[in-house]
Amino acid sequence: MSSGKHWLDEPQNVKRLWRGFLVLLAVVLAAEFLITLHPHFEVERFPVFYATFGFLACAAMIGAAKAIGVLLKRPDTYYRADDE
Amino acid sequence: MSSALASHPGLALIVGALVLPFLRGKARQAAVLVIPVVALWLLWQLPMGTVWQAEWLGYQLEPIQVDRLSRLFATIFTLMAFGGGLFALGQSSRIELPAAFVYAGSAVGVTLAGDLITVFVFWELMAVGSTLVIWSAGTRASYAASLRYLMIHLLGGAVLFTGVAGHLVATGSADFVAMRPDSVAHWMILLGFLVNAGAPPLSAWLPDAYPEASWSGTVFLSAFTTKTAVYVLLRGFPGTELLIWVGLFMAFYGIVYAVLENDMRRILAYSIVSSVGLMIVGIGIGTEMSLNGVAALAFTHIIYKALLLMSAGAVLQATGRRNCSDLGGLFRTMPLTAACGSIGALTSLSFPFTAGFTSKPMITTAAADGHLFIVWLLFGAASAGVILHAGGTFPWFVFFQKDSGLRPPEAPASMRWAMILFAFLCLAVGVWPQPLYRMLPYPVHFEAYTAVHVVTQLQLLLFSGLAFFLMLGFLKRTATVTLDVDWLWRVLLPALARRADALLAAVRRQVTSLLAGGVARLGVVIDRERRPYGMLVRTYPTASMALWVMAMLLGYLVLYALQR
Repeated sequence: MSSGKHWLDEPQNVKRLWRGFLVLLAVVLAAEFLITLHPHFEVERFPVFYATFGFLACAAMIGAAKAIGVLLKRPDTYYRADDE
Repeated sequence: MSSALASHPGLALIVGALVLPFLRGKARQAAVLVIPVVALWLLWQLPMGTVWQAEWLGYQLEPIQVDRLSRLFATIFTLMAFGGGLFALGQSSRIELPAAFVYAGSAVGVTLAGDLITVFVFWELMAVGSTLVIWSAGTRASYAASLRYLMIHLLGGAVLFTGVAGHLVATGSADFVAMRPDSVAHWMILLGFLVNAGAPPLSAWLPDAYPEASWSGTVFLSAFTTKTAVYVLLRGFPGTELLIWVGLFMAFYGIVYAVLENDMRRILAYSIVSSVGLMIVGIGIGTEMSLNGVAALAFTHIIYKALLLMSAGAVLQATGRRNCSDLGGLFRTMPLTAACGSIGALTSLSFPFTAGFTSKPMITTAAADGHLFIVWLLFGAASAGVILHAGGTFPWFVFFQKDSGLRPPEAPASMRWAMILFAFLCLAVGVWPQPLYRMLPYPVHFEAYTAVHVVTQLQLLLFSGLAFFLMLGFLKRTATVTLDVDWLWRVLLPALARRADALLAAVRRQVTSLLAGGVARLGVVIDRERRPYGMLVRTYPTASMALWVMAMLLGYLVLYALQR
């Protein structure tokens, strides 16, 4: 285990994992059209709402965090003086 | 009363904690595992209702009052003491485990308390126990962090006590019942509770202090303080609308800071704030479905967050590194830790077949049932955002990512078994939630595994996962810290204090030199006047004295005449 290559080290296998992930994404998108949704709100009627929302929400939060980081990030030695 | 004392599961943990320091070797290990089991057994022997009453200063105290809600929280707290104790068996600090058991026992004490005075007593004991847990890590950083932590919690305790005192005076009763923030006293109680929940504006105590504890200490810390706060808010302030907005703020604050953080356990600490925020949203919604969801989420959150912090603790202990930028690729030599950490991550995401899927969506459903569109939407966004802290960032950067070249050995047996136990619970409650549902405070009208739930949840999670992997470049960890409100009391206030000190010193110097100059000049005058012919030692002629006496007598005569 500790010596030799792990199967995840093969780029070939990583590529396979990515393909599997994309297939899974396609499946959960398609599955929406095989079931009856019970929307509580208008936006839920929009096709593949949950997928779109999850993706955009994460992208927006990453963007917001980066913007805040510009203002508030400091080198990790910043507080060292009062800890030592 | 004495039988009630002996049957209190929280006191059993605390007494057990006091016995632990006298034990060594196998006896100590056995005691660490037996004490929480005894406490759990005692808990389930207690009948429903008020078990123990006492009177103090004219107030009716109910140190043990059992209902479904208090029993649920006390159950998970004792379970947590067991799992944490098992994980920490190899901990060399002799203070940490006893402190953690005092901490766990007082958390149980808060949940069983039927009156506010008992709540307060155990509340403060919890602050002491948890401070000792942080302090027992034994580093300078942990000492400094434990002092900052203690200051915040003593402040929160003082605010809570003021509120409790006001409530006692106003109502004449110490009963812990549901309240509204309608008076100064109730506001103080609410604020005191919120401090421990990690709510703004003092939220930074949590990510500041928790990651400074030892590899096992943080596991205990993750469970008790914030979840006890969730419990008292559930009991004390259900349906308080303000809590919805406080909770949403916490949820996004946790996500944003976790995205910027490098320390793996600090990422998980911000993740705690985010998850507790979602629970507080549920308390604010306040319907039976919602409160059930909060109770279930608190129960499962303790399990999966402890599991995540166990895997982080195992990595820290094996590698001595805490920053994501120094870690990666550990799945090669720590496969079990990586697998358990990943199960914890999936549970935090509320992935189907994990405990997260059978608990958190109850709150979503409650928001939808109440037609709270904005709340529902933001709750969904924060749920998707879990991928950016506990659900994706943590396992990816610690166990996968690049090959850091580290080849640490797998964790020792006691740590492995603790992780296996909690990973099993994550999956068991996910597949078979009925036992948990039977313990919830209200009857459960919720079906987790409907086609709609599974498909919509998978869409939300898998596509937030897609966003995570596509934007990995933006998520790269940097060797930085991000300023939080603790900057106020670590940098700004000390700087102001130093400035004020310098100012005072300058004023003192000015005043001193002014006075000293005046005194010196006076000295010169006195010195001069006491020399020969000076004013003080001069001799006066007898004639002038006789003249002055005559003038005085004349003046007396004039005054006498005027008075007539």
